[in-house]
Amino acid sequence: MSEHSPQAIRAEALESLLIDQGLLSESDVDETLTLFNDRVGPLNGARVVAKAWCDPEFRAALLEDGTAAIEPFDFQGGEVQKLVVVANSADVHNVVVCTLCSCYPWALLGLPPAWYKDPAYRSRIVREPRRVLEEFGLTVPESREIRVWDSSAEVRYLVLPERPAGTGDLDEEALAALVPREAMIGVAVL
Amino acid sequence: MEDRNESWNGLLLDDDLAPPAANGEVVFDAPWQGRVFAMARLMSEQGHYSWDEFRAHLIAEIGQWDRSGAAADPDSDYRYYDHFLAAFLALLEEKDLLDGTKLVERYEAFAARPHGHDH
Repeated sequence: MSEHSPQAIRAEALESLLIDQGLLSESDVDETLTLFNDRVGPLNGARVVAKAWCDPEFRAALLEDGTAAIEPFDFQGGEVQKLVVVANSADVHNVVVCTLCSCYPWALLGLPPAWYKDPAYRSRIVREPRRVLEEFGLTVPESREIRVWDSSAEVRYLVLPERPAGTGDLDEEALAALVPREAMIGVAVL
Repeated sequence: MEDRNESWNGLLLDDDLAPPAANGEVVFDAPWQGRVFAMARLMSEQGHYSWDEFRAHLIAEIGQWDRSGAAADPDSDYRYYDHFLAAFLALLEEKDLLDGTKLVERYEAFAARPHGHDH
């Protein structure tokens, strides 16, 4: 898209006005963008998942109070003031949505992908989760309950996927590199 | 264009399911979207409003679209950041942080520039 689109010009006019009013500086905006581009993203969530796989005490703490458990990581980006971590198991598959807008645990996953914000995902995953997950390429066994978690004003969710078989000899760093963002939203498994 | 065309079926592509090698990825379809996101976030952090207040405006904007006929039309174009920008502008006006008339004036001045002025 050209930056001469009406929306681009509107955004530029807005930024210039806010700068004139002393409310912002261009460098502040640059800095925030750099933070979200470089330091906030799904690798943070993947590190949390890997630690939970390796450290049973951490796993228990994470499931008990996600916000407190991830505090030592000092992740930036916000949106984890009330983090609830839901664990997949042989009986339950979890999947996360924000039906009203785009709420998402930024500090752990970065900003949401386009499909997460799309009206089709927001409405359909609640009504027909099994079918939507199949469209993602994920067939959840009939015996497994699907729980759909709708992010509300305060709560943000992270799915703790099951650790894949055959990874017993991998350390946390190697494990973190296996965890795709989609598995932490619940539209994929490892 | 943007959001709508990138359906989740695109996830089946190898690239999209690649594990995260690092943080940071392209999350904006156009640079202006990133600037608007950063401005909205920054001003919330500076205490001009809470993110919950912003979210309420965003939900209102998106809800209007969701309830419109557009939502039922699979070919209609859902542009998330258009709603995001509209929500931000409404909130700034509500907080007396923005004069809508001045924005229109500046928009018109910027739109009248010859292309390539900033390159």
